Amino acid sequence: MIETIGLKSRRSILAGTATTLSAAGALALLGKPAFAAGAATKGANTAQDVSLLNAALGLEDEGIAAYQIGAQSKLLTPDVLKVAVAFQDHHKQHREDLIAAITRLGGKPVEPKKLGEYATSLNAASLKDQTGVLRLALKLERGATNAYLGIISSLGGSDLYVLAARTASDEAFHAAILGNVLGEPIPQKAPMFG
Amino acid sequence: MQIQKILSIALVPLAAFVIDASSVAQSACPSSAALTPPPESPSRGAALYDAKCGGCHSLDANRVGPKHRGVFGRKAGAVPDYHYSVALKKSNIVWTAQALDCWLQNPTAMVPGTKMGFRLSNAQERADIISYLKTQTAKP
Repeated sequence: MIETIGLKSRRSILAGTATTLSAAGALALLGKPAFAAGAATKGANTAQDVSLLNAALGLEDEGIAAYQIGAQSKLLTPDVLKVAVAFQDHHKQHREDLIAAITRLGGKPVEPKKLGEYATSLNAASLKDQTGVLRLALKLERGATNAYLGIISSLGGSDLYVLAARTASDEAFHAAILGNVLGEPIPQKAPMFG
Repeated sequence: MQIQKILSIALVPLAAFVIDASSVAQSACPSSAALTPPPESPSRGAALYDAKCGGCHSLDANRVGPKHRGVFGRKAGAVPDYHYSVALKKSNIVWTAQALDCWLQNPTAMVPGTKMGFRLSNAQERADIISYLKTQTAKP
């Protein structure tokens, strides 16, 4: 299980960064289930869907770990740390959405790896400054956006399409913010993802 | 004559096995892009690999998906320290340009039960990424 940033500090930080919450995160705060997939999926290959959703869950676990590694690196300024914590919270909400969907389909959600394993596979030892951390985050967010968009047509029901598209939107939001912080130029060509 | 008959019967299953991977690949491909490949660019492919594949894959580390260095010409499901789906491990696919092109078009059609659902519909982007992967050979 991954250790995460302290709840108290996260809540106080979130109170000041409410505008960065995703729609899914906002729904979760309102106490509503952000996703009710599974039951309505008809005629789908549920085992295949579970397999694909578990891969997406692995992606979210890695994202949560990456922001944790960044937060613990002491390379981030306080303002950037606040944003990283907010983004990590979004990924935690995505994680819950995926677990709910997998469970409703009768599947077993995969467990996250240990933080050290993520640090190794993401080559965290090479991170030397804030820019490096943000570049890693941008690469992961951009890749995650494309990953979610790329699996939509492989999923077996409209509720799962919505889940993937909605999550992709959150990842794209993160990527846009990170690209802006890093001074990346606005892409000249659309579509930017997918 | 009798020997020929016996041989032909005996070779049928073997032939079916040998062509298994390519026939699976071809039947799963929605287009015949592999027959008329677009001009490919490994340098474009490097950037595309980062953007399209980098969410799950790296060249030298197993992440959500297996590491890719040396994938070209490798048997599917053969990275020893990655946990593959049973379906991919049993697929008998060898990652040629054609197989990769098919795979990227629709992996779940090519290997039902795979963990990868990502589809890349743009033939040019597929060709570029495949040409890039071709250059990322295994470390000595």
